[in-house]
Amino acid sequence: MKVFTAIISLVFILSASKAQTQVLPEYDTYDSLSAAVFRNNDTTYVINFWATWCAPCVKELPYFEAFNKKYKEQKFKVVLVSLDFKRQIKSHLLPFITKNKIASEVVIMNDKKYDTWLPKVDASWSGSIPATYLVQGDKKLFAEREFANLEELEDFIFSFSKYK
Amino acid sequence: MNVLFQILFTISILTNGDIKVPNSGFQPGDKASDFDLKSVDGKNYSLASFKDAKGFIVVFTCNSCPFAVMYEDRIVELSKKYGKKGYQVIAINPNDPEVKPDDSYEKMKVRAKDKGFDFPYLFDDGQKVYPAYGATKTPHVFLLDKNHIVKYIGAIDDNAEDASQVEEKYLENAIAALDKGKEPVPAVTKAIGCSIKVKSK
Repeated sequence: MKVFTAIISLVFILSASKAQTQVLPEYDTYDSLSAAVFRNNDTTYVINFWATWCAPCVKELPYFEAFNKKYKEQKFKVVLVSLDFKRQIKSHLLPFITKNKIASEVVIMNDKKYDTWLPKVDASWSGSIPATYLVQGDKKLFAEREFANLEELEDFIFSFSKYK
Repeated sequence: MNVLFQILFTISILTNGDIKVPNSGFQPGDKASDFDLKSVDGKNYSLASFKDAKGFIVVFTCNSCPFAVMYEDRIVELSKKYGKKGYQVIAINPNDPEVKPDDSYEKMKVRAKDKGFDFPYLFDDGQKVYPAYGATKTPHVFLLDKNHIVKYIGAIDDNAEDASQVEEKYLENAIAALDKGKEPVPAVTKAIGCSIKVKSK
């Protein structure tokens, strides 16, 4: 009976841990995020700042997903930086990613001292989201705007980095 | 040498194509334009409506943005605390309700009543005021002195999610500086917020 209970609890533990495999990288500072995400090479990083509570962000997310799918073999890397509230990561962010089968890389930015890190991304950023940031080596392009479709996003990205 | 470096640095900024032109709208030191907008009580208000005010806390906010909602109680508190000191809170909803139905004038009335707003909550009908100020998001605060000179632009404090964890009360510090006749430092802060809702072109 004891062995049986042990097996049952082991099964429970294993299945519980399996359900929790969805672990996203979390960063407490912008410096640690940029150190982990950016490589100084010829890859163009397409960084989208978003959150599940931000309706226009959620609306444009499919275009970033489509871009990722179309160009991921072409030295483009899409990274979706979630600015979701800490208390909503489990309740909102993770289920959203599962439900919408988000394939692009998602990372969580936990630094809530916005005034210290928003200017590091771009001096012009007032703080509204969505906002998109392109990085390739030392080149940078920032836009505090939304994209209405994949074509608009492609135009923006290819104005910065030619599609090879 | 230092001067030469500064000149070169300035030139490099001026000629660098990557540097964006600063957002239009007011900067600290500018005189803010007045407005004439309808509040939830059915009456119109402007800065000039408050002749005896020592200053104005103009906050672009709305019903629908989670960041704005997290600050509602704090705005009510600010109005209670600084209203009696002569600083008038004026909230302005800049969103187009056709894009965001929760930000309609009718829903503003409900929100103001539920939350006990004791200050005007104005509807930026036609969306002319927020671009003049250079507001880009909700919440977005502009502190004006009695002559309508912009003294501070940005966030209320440095922790939207948890009022108990706030370390810097940017707006209250700015009001304290203004009260002493000093310039607030910082005069501008950045914070995450919801973009202002407009119809797509």
